[in-house]
Amino acid sequence: MAELLKIKREFEEFQKEYYYTNREADENREKENQAVTQIQSWFRGCKVRAYLSHLHKKAIIIQKIWRGFTARARVRQMVKAAYFIMKMNFYEEMAVRIQRTWRGFFVRKYIHNFYARKKYMEGLVMKNELVRRELDQLEDLQKRERDCLDMVKEHTAKVYQAHRLHHLLSTKQCPGVFNSPFRPAPHEMELLLRQQVKYQAPTRLASRGKACLLGIPSSTSSSFPVTLGSPLIKTSRTYSSRPILPPIANKTQQGLYGEAGEAWEQRLHCRELMLCLQTSYMHLEEAQNQLRELEPVRLRGTGSTLHHLSQSSSSFPHPAHTGKSFR
Amino acid sequence: MSQRHVVQVFEQYQKARMQFVQTVADLANRPQNIELLQNAGKTADICFLYSLLARVSVYVCVQRFYKKAAAFVLRAVAKHSPELSQAVVACRGVDALVLCLEEFDPGVKEAAAWALGNIARHNAALSQSVVDAGAVPLLVLSLLEPEMALKRIAASTLSDISKHTPELAQTVVDTGAIAHLAQMILSPDTKLKRQVFAALTQISKHSVSLAEMVIEAEIFPAAMSCLRDPDEYVKKNVVTLMREVVKHTPELAQVIVNCGGLEAVIDYLGNCHGNVRLPGIMMLGYVAAHSESLAMAVIVSKGVPQLALCLSEESEDHIKAATVWSVGQIGHHTPEHAKAVTTANLLPKILELYMNASSSEDLQTKSKKALKSVLQKCTYLPSLEPLLYEAPSNILKHVVCQFSKVLPHDSKARRLFVTSGGLKKVQEIEAEPGSPLQEYINAINGCFPEEIVRYYSPGYSEALLERLDDYQPA
Repeated sequence: MAELLKIKREFEEFQKEYYYTNREADENREKENQAVTQIQSWFRGCKVRAYLSHLHKKAIIIQKIWRGFTARARVRQMVKAAYFIMKMNFYEEMAVRIQRTWRGFFVRKYIHNFYARKKYMEGLVMKNELVRRELDQLEDLQKRERDCLDMVKEHTAKVYQAHRLHHLLSTKQCPGVFNSPFRPAPHEMELLLRQQVKYQAPTRLASRGKACLLGIPSSTSSSFPVTLGSPLIKTSRTYSSRPILPPIANKTQQGLYGEAGEAWEQRLHCRELMLCLQTSYMHLEEAQNQLRELEPVRLRGTGSTLHHLSQSSSSFPHPAHTGKSFR
Repeated sequence: MSQRHVVQVFEQYQKARMQFVQTVADLANRPQNIELLQNAGKTADICFLYSLLARVSVYVCVQRFYKKAAAFVLRAVAKHSPELSQAVVACRGVDALVLCLEEFDPGVKEAAAWALGNIARHNAALSQSVVDAGAVPLLVLSLLEPEMALKRIAASTLSDISKHTPELAQTVVDTGAIAHLAQMILSPDTKLKRQVFAALTQISKHSVSLAEMVIEAEIFPAAMSCLRDPDEYVKKNVVTLMREVVKHTPELAQVIVNCGGLEAVIDYLGNCHGNVRLPGIMMLGYVAAHSESLAMAVIVSKGVPQLALCLSEESEDHIKAATVWSVGQIGHHTPEHAKAVTTANLLPKILELYMNASSSEDLQTKSKKALKSVLQKCTYLPSLEPLLYEAPSNILKHVVCQFSKVLPHDSKARRLFVTSGGLKKVQEIEAEPGSPLQEYINAINGCFPEEIVRYYSPGYSEALLERLDDYQPA
């Protein structure tokens, strides 16, 4: 029994213990639960954290490797590009040098050529000089031509004047206006007048005088007063005794118009020819023969001076002498 | 009865008219009567008389015997004024005159050409009416006739026609006038040469293509021999032709310069005096204006001394204005050109002309422009110094500007500037602060050490003396 009691008491104590233990346990359960939860959560956290950090590290490694890879690739690219740019710069600089040299050369040689311009200016100066000389020469030539023309005009005017003033020629008796005795030499006008008058030895006086009679305005000879009287002294023509120089030109025997004065001479020589009372039909031929014979007489003449008034009478018989040939 | 009476009256009028025509035509046959007719016309009722004359002459022109006289009358009428010429045109006078041009008698042709020239002279519309009547080919044909007077008149008429507008000149050129005119350049007749060159001038003045056509006729080396002709109007017309050709483009100017034209013109300027120099001076200006190489060509041909002579010898303002303009054109290209101009001592003269109150406005404007343009390129300092003393402020600005450009770089020039008293003068210039003149002065002062600048500033000696007053010997 005791044991039973003891067991019962124990049982009650046990129950109480059990109850107290359970109550303690219950009281502690929450706390222990929480603690356990905490421990578990902490551990799980650690696990997760460890896992995460593991992942993290691995991820970093991956990213590291990847970024290194891409960066290196980029750098490689950048280096290539920089190298390329450096090369291009170099080339460009060289090209600029070439272009600069070429452009300088081209511009200096073809566009703004200093030496060509200098040569041009010098050439221009020379050309100017040449042109000036040529123009000077041309002007000179023209001037000389004009002067020449003027002189010729002047000379012809003077000759014309001399022609109009032929009567002012100086004679042996009386010196003319232009031939003053005080001058050392005759005036040019005098010389012109002499040229006009064709000043010659006075042997031609008679023919000239007869030419005057016939009205031909030949220049009067010096024996002007003689010729004045000549119409009155027909027979005193000192023709034959005054030897006359032969004409130089070949005297063509007359065509229709004879020489000036010839008709008068013929009349004087062959007065019979002119007389209308002649009857011989051969008279014409005989008269012509007579004329032809007269010519040698003329040819035989010697030069003599003009003043043969006194000889006029002595020469008279000459026609009579030649008249011997008649009949 | 009365009708016959009326008809009789009209017949009388007609007869009287014919008689009037014939009398006037006979009178007009003698040139001295033309003047008398004109004078008579002035006192009488001009319009009526002249229009009557014109109508009547036209009527007569168509008939045979009085053509020359009638053409004389028309010429006298047309010479007076554009209205009268218009009247002549209105009564179909131009057609009648053109008919006269087809005659054989050179006297008639000459009178008709002269009348047409007088009509065409006044204005472009009248010239157009002359051209429309077909006168130009006939005139060109009459250029080929052997009579000198006819050639002269034909050339003068062509020149009168072509002077108004480019189209008229083109019409004249289209009929081949240039070749014939070019052939006549070498003729010995003075008046003909005058007219030929005048005609070529009027043709070439309008446009580049016309001028080029004139040049293509290769007149130029030959025309320069006419520059030594004894007649001064021939020479003047040749130089005018050269001026009109040179005006258009640098290439044309180059052609003339290459033929030695510059030398010929400069000789011409040396030989003649007065108004006839004007085309020569303008020609040099136009050549120099185109490019700096042509301006250098003018300088090298000794154009600048000749222009200086012209400037000093001539007294007329418009010639001086032209000379000043030419000098400006020569000098404004580069410092070399400016130096050539200044060494001929032209700047003081031009300055004087600018400042002279009696010069005309035109002369003053041109002098100022020339001075400015030459000064802006002038770097030859010794010639600029005289200008420091005399120039008014607007010119002084440019002078000082040039000094301020050159002095910083050239030490010898600085020394010269100081010793010649230029620095002193610059100090004496009063300028508003901030104006460009003051800036230039500052720039100049900056080229010199301060002591020198102070030494030359005005009133320095007084300032020193004042210091002396305050000084206490130790």
